[in-house]
Amino acid sequence: MKSSAWRGALLAAPAVLWTFAFFVLPSSAIALWSFFRREGGVLVTTPGLDNYRRLIADDTYALALQHSLETTLLVTALSVLLAYPLAYAIAFRVAARWQRAVLMLAVLPFWTSYVVRSYAWLLVLAPEGVINRALMAWGWIAEPLELAFTPSASVIGFVHFFVMLCTLTIYASLVRIDPKLRLAAADLGASRWQTFARVTLPLSAPGVAAGAFLTFVITIGDYVTPQILGGNTELLLPQMILMQIQRRADIPMASALSMVMMACVTLAYFALARWLTARRA
Amino acid sequence: MNTSRRLVDRLQALVVMLPLFVFIYLPVATLVLFSFHAGQVPVPPFEGPSLEWYGRVLGNDRVTGATLNSVLVGVLSSALATLLATLAAWGLARHHVPGRRFVEALLMLPLAVSYLVIGVGLLVALSALDVSRSLWSVGIGHVVLNLPLAFVVVVGQFDAAQVRLEHAARDLGASESQVFWRVTVPLLRPAIVAAFLLSLTFSWDEFIVAFLLSGFDPTLPVVIWGMLRSGLNPQTNAVGTMVFGVSLLAAVMFELTLLRQAARSPDASRR
Repeated sequence: MKSSAWRGALLAAPAVLWTFAFFVLPSSAIALWSFFRREGGVLVTTPGLDNYRRLIADDTYALALQHSLETTLLVTALSVLLAYPLAYAIAFRVAARWQRAVLMLAVLPFWTSYVVRSYAWLLVLAPEGVINRALMAWGWIAEPLELAFTPSASVIGFVHFFVMLCTLTIYASLVRIDPKLRLAAADLGASRWQTFARVTLPLSAPGVAAGAFLTFVITIGDYVTPQILGGNTELLLPQMILMQIQRRADIPMASALSMVMMACVTLAYFALARWLTARRA
Repeated sequence: MNTSRRLVDRLQALVVMLPLFVFIYLPVATLVLFSFHAGQVPVPPFEGPSLEWYGRVLGNDRVTGATLNSVLVGVLSSALATLLATLAAWGLARHHVPGRRFVEALLMLPLAVSYLVIGVGLLVALSALDVSRSLWSVGIGHVVLNLPLAFVVVVGQFDAAQVRLEHAARDLGASESQVFWRVTVPLLRPAIVAAFLLSLTFSWDEFIVAFLLSGFDPTLPVVIWGMLRSGLNPQTNAVGTMVFGVSLLAAVMFELTLLRQAARSPDASRR
């Protein structure tokens, strides 16, 4: 290697070592521990597939995985569907000099912390909360609706956050589209709808994919939102993981569940890889 | 385009944007409004305004102690993450390191893994090594989370235009150290500041890693989590509003830093 290469490698080394020591090694530990098991309060380090067998055989785990996947896919779809029109309106209907300001305004509540944001939704959805009080004051309902502590409440809490995130990624890909392409389509006789479906939408796919992937990764791994808003009828994967750690001190099982979660994320990545990698090129 | 078409467009945009803005602002507005509520439970009808709950929160030792912990962890972990990211971005952008793409992919990899899994991984490692949980372990975790973000922010600034400026400086007779201190660093400073501010907001708001790793020294989000057990409580509104205010301040500074940089960048005229 030339001296320049050495100097470059030396500069990158601290970051690489940190990532290796505190990310790669712990992740490998999860993989390893998932083959251990906890029996009668002791850790058995003879590798085996016990945890994974229990995952399949025991309905509670299979159900948690199923609910997690359903919730995550629903949240991802809703977030993209709501964010796209918002990003589109900002990118193509707001005057250029106001766009940055309107975009910032649209994602301002993005900067509330996860815990605070879920609590804020509780204020809105609770039996005594803003929505129920308003509907009752207007005489639309007699009894408060059961909004908080339901799976729908977690979906609302999730979608709220990811509409903002997806608006950012989709907006970024919409403004990167060369305006000449849209003009050319119109000049060549395409209707507005055709221009959208054949030019704008395909060219904004990388932004949609990036937003969808981030939404998927964060939603499937989030413990806070379902724990605060979701009630206890449907437990999700992260809640199961925390339950293993806190109540049972069963780190091997928590590791196996984490592996399942990472497998889901990997699948989502490959499903979207075509657009995710196109973006970097 | 004629004016009636434009009017229809404006109306369409309004019809799309208005309900979404209501959806986006409803919880935050409720949170902030009822932090000034005079009653015991933060639900309508609004009474007040009152600053009672802010007073209570500021006199709460758990909250002030946790705030200090959060600031400590946030500042130190963000500084370290930004330093490591800047060195790596610089090394990879200026030198032909073999396997550069692989190294970049490795540094970005934590972005594709849930915070929960990163936290569980560190927890497994700590228990395997028999190290007790503390603010240090939270800080280590936060550097892992923020390193890829800081790297993305900084590496984006090593663009071709900047290389041209460095070449120009060399051609005009600047020494290597003069090039670094008078061209590279000034051009990079906004990106470094932006990376630090972004890391700071993420660390300040981060819950799950802190929850798993902080042990007996909770950060502010962990204490707020504990406060949720008392249900709807105006004190939680007051803390939440303050936490939001701090994040917002850092986020606005981050945005302004990037804007100033965009204005100063040699590429600005082409944008």
